[in-house]
Order: sequence, then structure tokens, then C-alpha cells
Amino acid sequence: MSTSSLAPTTATGSGATREITLSQAIREALAEELRRDPTVFVIGEDVAEAGTPFKVLSGLVEEFGKSRIIDSPISEAGITGLGVGAAMTGMRPVVDIMFGDFLGIIMDQVANQAAKVHYMSGGKLKAPMVIRTTLGATRRSAAQHSQSLHAWVSHIPGLKVALPSTPYDAKGLLKSAIRDDNPVVIFEDKMMYTLKGPVPEGDYTIPFGVADVKRVGEDITLVATSSMVQVALAAAEQLQSLGISAEIIDPRTTFPLDKDALITSAIKTSRAIVLDEGYERYGVTAEFAAVISEGAFYHLDAPVKRMGAMDVPVPFSPALEDLTVPTPEKVTELAKTLCGRV
Amino acid sequence: MTQAGVPQAPHATETSMTRERWLHLYRLMQRIRLFEEEVNELYLSARMPGLAHLYSGEEGVAVGVCGALRQDDYITSTHRGHGHCIAKGARVDLMYAELLGKEAGYCHGKGGSMHIADQETGNLGANAIVGGSAGIATGAAFSSQRLGLDRVAVCFFGDGALGQGLLYEVMNMASLWKLPVIYVCENNLYGEYTHYTETHAGSMSARAAAFDIPVEEVDGQDIRAVNAAAQRAVARARAGDGPTFLLCNTYRYYGHHVGDIQRAYYRSSEEEAHWRRDRDPLKIMAGWLVSEGVATTAELEKIDNEVAEEVRQGVAFALEAPYPDPSEVTEDVYV
Repeated sequence: MSTSSLAPTTATGSGATREITLSQAIREALAEELRRDPTVFVIGEDVAEAGTPFKVLSGLVEEFGKSRIIDSPISEAGITGLGVGAAMTGMRPVVDIMFGDFLGIIMDQVANQAAKVHYMSGGKLKAPMVIRTTLGATRRSAAQHSQSLHAWVSHIPGLKVALPSTPYDAKGLLKSAIRDDNPVVIFEDKMMYTLKGPVPEGDYTIPFGVADVKRVGEDITLVATSSMVQVALAAAEQLQSLGISAEIIDPRTTFPLDKDALITSAIKTSRAIVLDEGYERYGVTAEFAAVISEGAFYHLDAPVKRMGAMDVPVPFSPALEDLTVPTPEKVTELAKTLCGRV
Repeated sequence: MTQAGVPQAPHATETSMTRERWLHLYRLMQRIRLFEEEVNELYLSARMPGLAHLYSGEEGVAVGVCGALRQDDYITSTHRGHGHCIAKGARVDLMYAELLGKEAGYCHGKGGSMHIADQETGNLGANAIVGGSAGIATGAAFSSQRLGLDRVAVCFFGDGALGQGLLYEVMNMASLWKLPVIYVCENNLYGEYTHYTETHAGSMSARAAAFDIPVEEVDGQDIRAVNAAAQRAVARARAGDGPTFLLCNTYRYYGHHVGDIQRAYYRSSEEEAHWRRDRDPLKIMAGWLVSEGVATTAELEKIDNEVAEEVRQGVAFALEAPYPDPSEVTEDVYV
């Protein structure tokens, strides 16, 4: 476990720490890696002059040109497949898949090609590529632009999966992803692009498989990923006022998973809620809950509880959509119950 | 484990080929043929796990195309990939070891018949997803162009892959960006157990032409026609003029896979006999070599015998080779 990345007191970057948005942190990571390694390139729909619909990549094409920031046809499977081939032959592609929902289109290239080529070839070939995509509901984007499908790729041996929850983590995890010799899928929460946080200038990386304690507490563990870290932090504030001290563990990567961090915290607090914006059934929360239940069984005072997205297609109507994701209030209520405070 | 008597492939850019080179291509075709006949035997005698999709009958395509390539050029292959693998320069003993799941195999037994890859010869792997390697080949061409490597990538696929959308997505990009890739469609008339006319609307070549990709349609049983077209495509790719689509008309002698023995419901034995008797790529090439005075029948028989011995030794080696250690099962999931 590392120290909290919300306020990195031991910044390893080469420059001063500033407050920037998660979007800026992503762009900075890409720019630094593009400068460092000439084999890195970005390919995707409207990634160049448009800088993506979220404007995350604005300005990159001006520095690196159209040969490295490549506007592609609307062919997600095609650009992912091209990325696999380019990765197998000496380059480090960063494939931009605008919405995580489009994983359905690229899944053969991800799960059957990129993930397996190293193993199938007896270790002779490799596919060092990054797929950058998004997750998260409550943007009024309805059922095909709002899902959080990282469980799909977390299920596949050969893939690594990263889920930054802060600007600091976003920059460090993306740089690690680009330098990793394995295919990595990194999910960014669309709703967090404007979230600000301290980020060091210059180079630093965050190792995969190392969870981060986002808040230290004593009474209950909240394991939270990506968008749910902010929900957990807000819930922890509410719980604090009730005299309940919540510890927040952010695994940062679902694979490799820092099982020890989850188990250690649950042993310490004796209670755990796992939070993730993927669908609850058969989801990331089930894996986390199983890890804690197996590893901390004799230390638990309550069953490990899961909170994921409601098991429905994400509805458009704001009145309905807001019901489908965990909120600080719901987390607080459940935590109170587990702590015997209701 | 050595492969005695196999000359290194001479440089393939020459348009008028030497006698030595023609005999090398003949040897490669015979190597594929005899390799596969032994694979069929291994399967039928229950000495080979899984199954295999035999390439027999299509040798002129793989050898004709790969005969126009350098060793550092790339290929991607298919579930019916033994021919491509051998044509690009793989050794039969290590291939048999892979097919039998042995440690000595090209992929330490983890890939098997449908996933043989050999980085040394530029083979980026066979693929068990129909059309699944179209992106990989196009991406290899992309990196060759961007890294200034002067390499060409060949994507082998069957007529069945024309039903897959990925192929059209990457052909579009290859044409847009003038990538040095050659799409080689092996139309062996059947996608699994169904004649292509039942599954393909319109013209095959028009599909590529729609992307402004030059198309050449050739008789895949005539290695000279295939090789000449491949040389033109390679020259175009190396010159920076972009992709080519080679439509090679050919025939699959065996069934969809080694277990597909009763085939009368989808094709006649008369049709099979016709191709074997009148359209066999080895007979056609041997006939030309002898009639043109490039080689004598005795010289070809000598090659046949050498290849037969090489195959015999390769099978013996693989049958006796050890299986991977159980500890291998978790190796190479990640780099």
C-alpha cells in the first residue's frame, strides 16, 4: 500500500506539484510518453484536431503531428486490430475507444488476439498496447454510452486493467500502462475529467497492483474504484459526523489486484463494503468481496457487502438514471447498518 | 533436429528466377504436401490431440506468395495455416512437435495447429478466428511504414473471411494510408461445409476494388501465376503505393478438418477427383519444370525423397519429444 495520492507529500515527479484536472493529467502523461518514446502513437476517432469529444487530447496533434495523433475511421475493431499488429511489431499504440460501451465492438481483438498472443506463441510474441476508454453513468447518455464494463476485461487472462480515480493516479497509471509490455485497458470516468487534484510536473509512474489508501480509518473499510472513490470519500465525511471512521482503499488496478491491501484493511476494521460502478451481478465487487471474505474471514464482524450499479440498462431519464448508481447517502446507510448504528 | 539439404531462400526481388530458386519452391510445396499427409495419418491413428485443418491442394498459393517475400517480411495465417508456416520457412520437426503439444514445438505446445507462430521467419501467427488476423497484418504493415522498415505484411485468409467486417475496416485504412500490406484471399470454394456461392453476394474482387485497392485474380494452382502477381504486389508495397488484393482460386483436397470425412452432402467425389487429377499444383509445377528443361524427373524425385525423409525424421522426433513440464501452464500469461 502506498501513502495517500490525494495529497502526495512525496511526489516523485521531477517538477513542482500543481492542481490540474484529470483530463489535463491524462494529456500530460500522453505528451510526456510521446516525447520519450518515438514508437508511441495515439489512434482513434477525432483524436487529432477535435481532441476527442471530451477535449482530453486537445493540443497533442499540434505538437506531435498527424502521423502520431491519428484520426481514424469509425472502425473500433479495425483500429484495435491494427494496434495489436503494430504492438506485435515494435510500436506502442494507445488506442482511443471513446466510450467503454464500445468494448462490445472490439472484444475479439482484445480478448482473443491481444490478450492471448504472448501465451499462444509460447512467449515469443507480445502486444504492448494501451486501450484508453471510459466508464460511468449520470451523464444523461443513456444505455449505450454509460456503462462501466471493466469487469469484462478483468476476466480475461493476459490483460491488465487500470482505473484511476484522481488526476495524480491518472497520470502515473497511464504512463505505467504505456510502458507495460502487456495489453492494458485503462478506464477513465467521464464525469471526473474536470476533477482537480495535485499532480507533479514531469515523470513519475504508479506501479500496477499497488492499492492506495485514500483515507485512513478504523471502523469500516470502503473498497472503491474510479468514480466510486469520490462517493466513498463523501460517505466517509458523513460517517465521520456520526462517529464512524471509514478507511478507503482504492485498488487502482483490478488486475493485477492488490489482495493484501484489501484483506489487511478488512482485518483492521472488521467490516467492509465494496463499491464499483460496474453492474453489481457477476461484477468487480463480487471478486473483491470474495477476496476479503476468504482472506479476512475470522476477523469480520459482518458480511462483506457489495454496492455496484443497479442491474438494469442505464436509463436516460435523470429521475431514473440517478437511482442506478451508489450514492454517498446509500453508502452511509449501509455502513451504519454494518456498524450496528441503526 | 537439423534439416539437411535445405538451401536458404535466395533473394526474392528478382523477376526472372533461377533454376535453383524454382527447385526450392518445388521443395517447399512438396514439404507442405507430405507434412500434411503425415498430419492426417497422425490424426487418423489417434496419435495427435485435437484436430487440424489441412492445406493440401493449396500449396501453390502459400509458396507462390511467400516466394516473393524476404525473411523479415511478415505474414499472418489462418486455422488452415501449415502451408503458410512452411512456405515462410518453418521447420517440420518443430511444427510436428507443436501439433503434438510438445515442449520443443514452436510455441512450446501452447498454440497447437491453429496458433503456430514463428517470429524468426516473420510469421505473426495462425489464427483460429476467421478474419481475426486482418488487423494484425495491417498493423504490422503500419509499423513497417512508420518505423521505415521497408517490410511487407501478407494477410492470408480464406473466402470465408470475406464475411467478417474487420477485414473491410482495415482494408479501408490500408488504402487510405497506403500501407504495405497484401491481402491474399484463398478461395478454396468452401467455408467449412458450405459452397461460397451460398454465402457471398456480389463479386469478391469488387469488395477490394471499392476501397481503390488494386486486385489481381489468379489461378492458385499455378505457382508461376501466383508468384508473378505476388512479386508485383510486393514491389507496389515496397514502393509506397499501398495494398494489393490477390484473389487466388484454389481447392481444398481434404475436408474442413481432418475429421470431416463424409463430404458427399456438400461436394461430390467427382469434383474432388477432378481437382486432384487435373488441377494439382505440384503436378502442374513439375510438368512445367520438366517440359521447360529446368529439371529432370529424376531430380524432382530426388527432392521428393529428401522431403519424405525429412518428414519421417520430423515425426519421429516429435513423437519422442517430451511434453511441457506442468509448471509451464502458468508461464507467459504475462510478459
